[in-house]
Amino acid sequence: MSHEAVLHGHDSHGHDDHSHEHHDTFLSKYVFSQDHKMIAKQFLITGMVWAVLGGLMSVLFRLQLGYPEASFPWLESLLGKWAKGGQITPEAYYALVTTHGTVLVFFVLTAGLSGTFANFLIPLQIGARDMASPFMNMLSYWFFFAASIVMLSSMFVETGPFSGGWTAYPPLSALGDASPGSKSGMDLWIIAMALFVVSSLLGGLNYIATILNMRTKGMSMTRLPLTIWALFFTAVLGVLSFPVLLSGFILLIFDRNFGTSFYLSDIFVNGVGALSNEGGSAILYQHLFWFLGHPEVYIILLPAMGMVSEIMSINSRKPIFGYMAMLGSLFAIAVLAFLVWAHHMFVTGLNPFLGSVFVLLTLLIAVPSAIKVFNWLTTLWRGNIRFTPAMLFAIGFVSLFISGGLTGIWLGNAALDIHLHDTYFVIAHFHIVMGVASMFGMFAGVYHWFPKMYGRHLNNSLGYIHFWITMAGAYMIFWPMHYEGLAGMPRRYFDFSIWESFKQFAELNRFISLVSMIVFATQLLFLMNFFYSIFKGRRVTTKNPWLANTLEWTTPIVPGHGNWPGEIPEVHRWPYDYSKDGVDFIPQDVPVGADETSH
Amino acid sequence: MSLYLSIAIIALIFVVIFQIAKASEHVSVLKGEEESRKQANKINGFLMVAFLVLGFVGVYVCNEYLFSKTLLAHPAASVQGEKLDEMLWVTLAVTGIVFVITQVILFWFAYKYQEQENRKPFFFAHSTKLELIWTAIPAITLTILVVFGLRNWFFFTGEPPKNAMVVEVTGKQFGWIFRYSGKDAVFGKKYYKNIDPATNSVGIVWDDKYSQDDILTEQTMYVVKGTPVKLIIGSRDVVHDVGLSHFRLKMDAVPGIPTTMWFTPKYTTKEMKEITGNPDFAYEISCDQMCGNGHYSMKGIIEVVDQEEYDMWMAKQKPQYYAAFPEKDPTAVKEADATVKTDSTATVATAKM
Repeated sequence: MSHEAVLHGHDSHGHDDHSHEHHDTFLSKYVFSQDHKMIAKQFLITGMVWAVLGGLMSVLFRLQLGYPEASFPWLESLLGKWAKGGQITPEAYYALVTTHGTVLVFFVLTAGLSGTFANFLIPLQIGARDMASPFMNMLSYWFFFAASIVMLSSMFVETGPFSGGWTAYPPLSALGDASPGSKSGMDLWIIAMALFVVSSLLGGLNYIATILNMRTKGMSMTRLPLTIWALFFTAVLGVLSFPVLLSGFILLIFDRNFGTSFYLSDIFVNGVGALSNEGGSAILYQHLFWFLGHPEVYIILLPAMGMVSEIMSINSRKPIFGYMAMLGSLFAIAVLAFLVWAHHMFVTGLNPFLGSVFVLLTLLIAVPSAIKVFNWLTTLWRGNIRFTPAMLFAIGFVSLFISGGLTGIWLGNAALDIHLHDTYFVIAHFHIVMGVASMFGMFAGVYHWFPKMYGRHLNNSLGYIHFWITMAGAYMIFWPMHYEGLAGMPRRYFDFSIWESFKQFAELNRFISLVSMIVFATQLLFLMNFFYSIFKGRRVTTKNPWLANTLEWTTPIVPGHGNWPGEIPEVHRWPYDYSKDGVDFIPQDVPVGADETSH
Repeated sequence: MSLYLSIAIIALIFVVIFQIAKASEHVSVLKGEEESRKQANKINGFLMVAFLVLGFVGVYVCNEYLFSKTLLAHPAASVQGEKLDEMLWVTLAVTGIVFVITQVILFWFAYKYQEQENRKPFFFAHSTKLELIWTAIPAITLTILVVFGLRNWFFFTGEPPKNAMVVEVTGKQFGWIFRYSGKDAVFGKKYYKNIDPATNSVGIVWDDKYSQDDILTEQTMYVVKGTPVKLIIGSRDVVHDVGLSHFRLKMDAVPGIPTTMWFTPKYTTKEMKEITGNPDFAYEISCDQMCGNGHYSMKGIIEVVDQEEYDMWMAKQKPQYYAAFPEKDPTAVKEADATVKTDSTATVATAKM
């Protein structure tokens, strides 16, 4: 699509030529597509592949934690030398843990979540024919794809994939002699991550430009659905923080390969001897890493929050409560996200005064988070709730966000973190609040917008089964981990049997492992539902199956490239006029009537 | 074989569930979509409340089963730990109350306001008063927690009392080295290029006169009950972390950047064995920062003893200087020789240098 046609999308004539031009070949429609909807699906399906791989990895290392003494011959046939005699080796265990973290945080919950829904929803909900730069958008996906390939290939190098934890702290990540995973596996890991950062920047710039410049007539910023606001802040966070991560990685590459000492000092490696590096600071990397690392948490969470707000409002048949407060709290979270990174570093020997500042700023985030929770609760109050699978996942998101958010108050307080840091308490906290909660946001989004993506419905019964097992399973896996953390049980341990203080949890670990396998199997059920329904699902018969107000439901059931066959609708109101003046819903493109009350 | 069997069974279960779900969709078409949607809505509304109730039962059972395994079941082993536990309980109370209230509201609302034909949803878009209430209440509560937390934080990270004994802790892949300053109470200088795994594992500079009475031990550290201990923490290779869960503290060990931490042990190891009722109890030092493939086995032990026992133990220790220069050892030349030979792998490493 020419830029001209995008900018003047209100005139329908420029656009028609264009949709013919792009539906030419298989390659341009499904592979090198510049249609934001197709790119969204590419992100989604690649993200799903990674989610399955990442989930499978967690099942494998949970197998070790649950059954440290057992031997599984099939593991050896699957992993070869990494599971000699049917038992996962420590090298393989740490590689699995590291890759699980990297993949889930970046490839699934960043690319899979933002990549899918920013691409899919931004043009549809703001009333644009496509992204500001469809070509850049395509590049964004293909950089992500390249990152995926490199990351995948790192799993097949002789010395194994990187195994020093997803945070990749040097010196461990810088010294191949300190850990075999830090040899060529780490080089590939960094290259994959660098490609990923490029992908994320190309995407983010595009999202911001599109939201700011390409809204349809009447779509003022305060008439944007909260999904778009959330995706906007997400993109801003990404654009401001990912370059810092990249710079951190570049310094790491220099330290690894070109003999610099940014992060290295006073090191004596067993079997090698004293290194010549002096004067570097291992802590510098941690600052650079967490300057992205913390905003990254919100890059993962905000899109989920936005979609949950939207889905809750639609299915409660009520406006979202406190639109401006929701917006303000999104903004506050986005700003504070940049000011709290050192709470991951309370026990690094950080200046205690600096630590105290970060305590204050960290706990401050609880205020906008609390506002959001109370607003969601009030949205439910006196509604008329329809439990679509999307709505169930939205409610599940709020429950998990509360549970995981509250333990954030423990960990954000340095005086408690000094005990709980790097224990299972932390695992429980961030998996609930960031991992599972965002995953729920993503599921909610998929269930809700699947009819728009493919013109068919997902099977509801499977959706209900999927939700209830996952919801119960998530709590059964992560709730007991708080207790392990309160016993001081450290993260990233291959085996606890030599520890008098921690070996008492063997039975519990087995229970958690079992549940995690059941939950993983349930996700496969969702995958079956997803792929089956693309081809065989119940057809969508009306344009607006959820009776929603936003613009994507004014497009044809399966919109072509360009989204609206005729003119882009004009917007006359905010997107949350549900049950106003006794009318069930009033779409955004309906002009305001003379006798309507203002909200 | 059993693998293929279980895969087959799982696949079968999948197909069955899938077919049932597909059939249910056909049934819903027959019954009328509206009708079956309402039915599903009722079921899910009920499940909301069921989940809430079963969830709380689950929390109770979990607590019954697991609480005795946490550290909270016994008194903390340090003065710091007592303060931390106190704060932990206060935080638990505050967050616990919020947790119960919000979860009950969430699932109760979901149940109560499930779709009903005659209900008119209430158009309620905003209320400045409500927003102010739930901005102010969390803000005030958090201020209290912050003040409470920071008082403890500055105590934990502040200077130890003057009578504190000082021990230097060095992490390495995968173990712990402890250095005592010896009779002169001053640590000799060290430089990492002097490290020799066999005789000088932390790189002491022998020319420094303060270094010659420094004592090195590995894996086990002795401290005195009731006497504050200040740890000067460092690392030889990668980032480690001195995790002292019974004392409720931890601090990273970073190469090139020394860190400190102090605590006052309250019970000897023997006393703690009685308190916990576990004859195998030990104050374990766990490495709490990913440090390589042996991370999970990087264990140290702290022996908390009374002054008398400590003095006896200390009297038996020999300055490391004599291990490095056995010929200067006035007492036993042969003994020092033996020490050198035990660490054969380390000798190889030295040869490579």
